[in-house]
Amino acid sequence: MSLPLPWPFDREYMQLALASGLAVGACAPLIGTFLVQKRLSLMGDGIGHMAFAGVAAGLLTGVSPLWMALVVAVAGAMTIEWLRLRRRASGDLALAVFFYTGIAAGVVLTGLAGSLNTGVLTYLFGSVLTVSPADALSICVLGLAILAVLAVTWRALFAVAIDEEAARVAGLPVDALSLGLAALTAVTVVAAMRVVGVLLVAALMVLPVGSAQRLARSFGATLRWAVAIGLGSVVVGLTLARAAALAPGGTIVLVAAATFTATAAVDLGRRRGRLH
Amino acid sequence: MPLSEARGAGARPDALRLDGVGFSYGRHGVLDGVSLRVEPGEFVALAGPNGSGKSTLVRVALGLTPPQGGEVHLFGEPPDRLRDRWRVGYVPQRAVVVDQLPATVEEVVASGCVARRGWARRPGAADRARIDQALEVVALVDQRRTPIVELSGGQQQRVFIARALASEPELLVLDEPIAGVDAESQDRFRDALVTRCRSDGVAVLLVSHELGAVADDLDRLVVLRGGKVVFDAPPADLTAEGVSLGIHRHDLPVWLEGPG
Repeated sequence: MSLPLPWPFDREYMQLALASGLAVGACAPLIGTFLVQKRLSLMGDGIGHMAFAGVAAGLLTGVSPLWMALVVAVAGAMTIEWLRLRRRASGDLALAVFFYTGIAAGVVLTGLAGSLNTGVLTYLFGSVLTVSPADALSICVLGLAILAVLAVTWRALFAVAIDEEAARVAGLPVDALSLGLAALTAVTVVAAMRVVGVLLVAALMVLPVGSAQRLARSFGATLRWAVAIGLGSVVVGLTLARAAALAPGGTIVLVAAATFTATAAVDLGRRRGRLH
Repeated sequence: MPLSEARGAGARPDALRLDGVGFSYGRHGVLDGVSLRVEPGEFVALAGPNGSGKSTLVRVALGLTPPQGGEVHLFGEPPDRLRDRWRVGYVPQRAVVVDQLPATVEEVVASGCVARRGWARRPGAADRARIDQALEVVALVDQRRTPIVELSGGQQQRVFIARALASEPELLVLDEPIAGVDAESQDRFRDALVTRCRSDGVAVLLVSHELGAVADDLDRLVVLRGGKVVFDAPPADLTAEGVSLGIHRHDLPVWLEGPG
C-alpha cells in the first residue's frame, strides 16, 4: 500500500526508503555533532565494522541480522569508550583494534555461513530500496528512540564535549554520559546500515556536521543545520538515484559530500572577503 | 586582618584542605607532604616554578586524581563524597576550543549551570539569571551571541571563568588563567575575582606565575618548590624579604626559579 506522494516517492518501495532515510538523516548528524566535537569522527566507522560482525553472526545463526548487529555494536562501542575513559588505550588505538577485529570476525563468520552472499552485500553497501516494511519500522523506532534520548541529554553531552574535566569537577556523570553517547552512536550505525551500508555510515555522521559548522554561528544552529543537510541529502540522493538508476546509499553520501564542498567554498570566499 | 578572620569563618569547614598530601609518577616524586587550607571568603594564590607540582596539586585537590598519601577535603568531605559538586568551580589551564566549533559565549557559559540544575532538566529563570550575572561579572554581556572562536585569547579565558561562576560556586580554582592575557582582560579578571571573594564569600585558589594584577588583594600566597610548600603567608611577608609580586618587575618569577 502506498501513500499518494509525488514522483519520485510515488511507489511503496520509495516511501519505505524515504522513511528509513529520513530517520537516519536526522539522527546520524545529531550524534555526529557531539562526536566531531570530541574528536571522535571515526567512531562511527569503527562501530560499523563491528556491526558487520554482528550481521554475519546473525546470518550464520538465523537470528535477525539487524538486532544481532545492534547487540554487538552497542557492546563494542561501550567497551571502546570504557577503555578510553580509563585511559587504558588512546581513543584511536582502541578504535583500530576493535575496527579490525570486527571486520575480521565478520569475514570469518560470513565464510562459515557459506559464501559472500547478497545478504552481506546488503549491509556492506546498503540497500535502502529493498527495505521491508518491518525493517523500515525498526529503523524508525530506533531513530525516534535516539531523538528522545538526545532531547533530554543534549545539554549535558554538550558540557562534556566542550570540557570533560571541568564537567567532571562540576559533578556531571561524565562516564555514564560518555558511555551513553557511545551506545547511541552504535544504535545510529545499526539504523543507518540498511540505508547507506556499514562502509558509508560514518559519512552521514560527519559530512553534514562539517557543512553545518561552516554555516552556523551557535551550537544550537549547528545541530539544526546538520539535521537539515542530513535530511536534504537523503531526499536529493534518493531522487537522483531513482532518476538515473544509481546506487542510493552512495548517491546520498555523494550529495552530502558535494554540500560540504559547496559550504567550504562559500566559507572560504566569505573569509577572503573579510580580509580584503 | 584577612577578610576570613573578620567574618569569623572558623565555624564553617574549610573550602579546601590538604593534609600531608603525597603523590608520585612512578619513582618521580611530585608532591611531598603538602598541607594547604583555603577558608571560605579567602583569596589564596599558589605559585611555584615549572615542574614544582602545581598542576598535580590542583588535580588532587579537585578529586580528579586520588592522592597517594595524606588527605583531601572539600567543604569537610572527601572529594568523592561531596554531593553538591557544583559548589566547586574550575577554570582549567588551557580550555579546549575546537577551532570550528560555533558555540556562542552564552552557550558555553550556560553549560556551567547543567550540573547544579540536574543534567536532565531544562534551564529555568534562575539559570538565566545566573548566566546573566556571570556574563556581567566578566563584562561580556554584549558578546553573548558571539561565537567563542571569534574572541581574543583573553576574552575566551573570561568566558571560561564565567562558565565556572555560572553555578555560583563557593570555591573557585583557577589554573594559570591569565597566562598571555591582555591588560584589559587582566583588570576585568581581577575585578571579577575580588567581587566574588569580598562580596559573596567565595574561596579562591589562584594558580599563577603572574600575580601582579591581584597582588594587593591576596590574603595569602603559597609557594611550592620541589613538591613542598616553602612559603605560606600574606604576600607582605614576601615583600619584606625584598621580593615583589609585580609582573613588570619580574622579581617573583626570578625568585621562584632561583636556587631552593
